Amino acid sequence: MATALNSELSTSKTHLDAFTELEKSMPGHDLPTIARLRRAAIARFGELGFPGERDEDWKFTNVGPIVRTPMRYDNGLSPCVECGSLPHGVQVLSLKEGLNRFSELIESHLGQYADFKQHPFVALNTAFWRDGLFIYIPPGAVVEPITVVWSTEHQSDIPALYYRRLLIVVGTEAQFTLVEDYHGIPQTHYLTNAVTEIVLGERALVDHYKIQHESPNAYHLATTQVVAPYKSNFSTHYFGMGGELVRNEVRVKFTGSHAEATVNGLYLARGTQHMDNHTVIDHAMPHCASHELYKGILDDKARGVFNGKIFVRLDAQKTDAKQTNQTLLLSDDATINTKPQLEIYADDVKCTHGATVGQLDEQQLFYLRSRGIGADQARSLLTYAFANDIVSRIQVPSLRQKLERTLLEANHLPKLEEGE
Amino acid sequence: MLEIRNLHASVEDREILRGIDLTVRSGEVHAIMGPNGSGKSTLAGVLAGRDAYAVTEGEVLYEGKNLLEMDPEERAREGVFLAFQYPVEIPGVTNTYFLRAAVNAIRKHRGESELDAGAFLKLVREKMKLIQLKDDLLKRPVNEGFSGGEKKRNEIFHMAVLDPKLAILDETDSGLDIDALRAVADGVNALRGPNRSMLVITHYQRLLQYIVPDRVHILANGRIVKSGGKELALELEEKGYAGLGIEDRVPAGV
Ligand SMILES: Nc1ncnc2c1ncn2[C@@H]1O[C@H](COP(=O)(O)OP(=O)(O)OP(=O)(O)O)[C@@H](O)[C@H]1O
Ligand SMILES: [Mg+2]
Repeated sequence: MATALNSELSTSKTHLDAFTELEKSMPGHDLPTIARLRRAAIARFGELGFPGERDEDWKFTNVGPIVRTPMRYDNGLSPCVECGSLPHGVQVLSLKEGLNRFSELIESHLGQYADFKQHPFVALNTAFWRDGLFIYIPPGAVVEPITVVWSTEHQSDIPALYYRRLLIVVGTEAQFTLVEDYHGIPQTHYLTNAVTEIVLGERALVDHYKIQHESPNAYHLATTQVVAPYKSNFSTHYFGMGGELVRNEVRVKFTGSHAEATVNGLYLARGTQHMDNHTVIDHAMPHCASHELYKGILDDKARGVFNGKIFVRLDAQKTDAKQTNQTLLLSDDATINTKPQLEIYADDVKCTHGATVGQLDEQQLFYLRSRGIGADQARSLLTYAFANDIVSRIQVPSLRQKLERTLLEANHLPKLEEGE
Repeated sequence: MLEIRNLHASVEDREILRGIDLTVRSGEVHAIMGPNGSGKSTLAGVLAGRDAYAVTEGEVLYEGKNLLEMDPEERAREGVFLAFQYPVEIPGVTNTYFLRAAVNAIRKHRGESELDAGAFLKLVREKMKLIQLKDDLLKRPVNEGFSGGEKKRNEIFHMAVLDPKLAILDETDSGLDIDALRAVADGVNALRGPNRSMLVITHYQRLLQYIVPDRVHILANGRIVKSGGKELALELEEKGYAGLGIEDRVPAGV
């Protein structure tokens, strides 16, 4: 299997050296397309290096602590998969195995969407992934939710570096729900570098959820890249709770007209957690709609970043794009940097964005207290309500209930009863 | 039950209540009428503990205790209830969940055990029938998207469930259709009893036909300028404030 590399990876140089050493042992090294992709990615990483302060896209997120931490490579395990019975033709298998059985399909998609040329961590992932998961949904299939669980191994002295790679190819008119769950052993220190590529077919319907509850000491850097063609409908909900330093990127590109995307997120940060959310919605085609709602709750000395880019290309007439970012600051020491970035080149479009940053509403607090609910519980209830706005949108009942429970417990609130 | 003595309160250094004296005994219903901006809601807010208002002078005794010293939640737990003129929307929290939290907070304060789901539901069903509250309003987030009338009805429903000793209704009749007014009045009357007092703020004598008050007070410019029996409301309806010699002007210091 994979070589455990115990050398320090603190500079780009060591990554380059490691690549030379590991290349031959990596899955797909005997497939020219995959080998070329890896080499292109590591070469590009060599040019880009790690992002620094002057890098506009990383202005508020300092990756110094990650770069300076000596790490070892993980052994490249594929995730656990939970699913019901799968319709004929659906494939769910490790990427390594997928390369044996569906090499052409994988070669034509892998690394084609998540842009390693612009992104050093995507480049590293593309060069170094050791295993991951490949899901193929054939045209017209209607598939029950599939949950992909990424967990970590026990801690050794040197923090582990996990490259997670997911490739999802969804056929025309298929319907599919994917839940990605990232968690780790509490108190362990590691880095997750995750790249998920989701390619929809025309008129396909995909509902994606990502639950990120890594160890509170972990680093999590992730990119979800979505390709949405003609009349497809994609929706994603991100829930970020874990991690000490987190950067989650969601990128949706419309490659056909009349497609629709919903991009929602909720993140909860406390202590000294740093959570950065970047979203990019690329309206490259006309008549597409995107709806985006990101909410953050920041307590203690937590820091949040929200950057929402919306591109409306010259040809993307009749675009309907809406972005909302709301942040609740529960402490005076918590900070948020929020920035909408709209670049609009078409003239017949509807684009709106709004950002609010605030504390709990005094009128609501008073209303609750005037009914006998104590000040602390009233605050908890309103915090829960703020978050539940996103959680209540989850279409998978078991997942929604689980997150509701998590939120209630986190806020020390009583359980929900039937009908509440 | 309630004794207000020389109460002065201001908002942002502007005095709004300018010396209110009012005594409400157990079992009594008092109506408070008065022009817009005269301070009726301010009085209600001060009694419920809204901290936007600063009490600058005077005192309020509730069952012999200093009401102004208590937090809003403590007042509620001791039996004070305010039906808001403008009920607040709480998206993300259902009406039932919210009420259950409130009921249990109050019960805990009284040293009673928390109601289990079944017992709570039974209580809620009973009170819903009394107020004729639509079923779906229970499961919806508190007041969110409720019509004006539904919000008012919901306030009375909260009151019925929480079973207060002193209920302050701030223009609960405004915006209600005839049937809703009836339902609200029935709900209020069902709660009337020797141990419960009410302060009913209204602009209209119509409500007072259903909820017949023991006393009627007219508040103008932050003071009670006239008090009387239930006939006073009728007289006011006939003659208007000017006809009663009550000036309706903006308080000084604006
Ligand atoms: N939070 C506040 N900030 C500024 N001014 C306030 C505030 N609350 C009340 N006021 C002012 O105090 C005065 C009395 O207001 P209040 O709401 O008590 O009147 P009201 O008698 O209830 O009137 P209405 O019949 O219209 O409900 C008004 O002039 C109002 O503008
Ligand atoms: Mg008022």
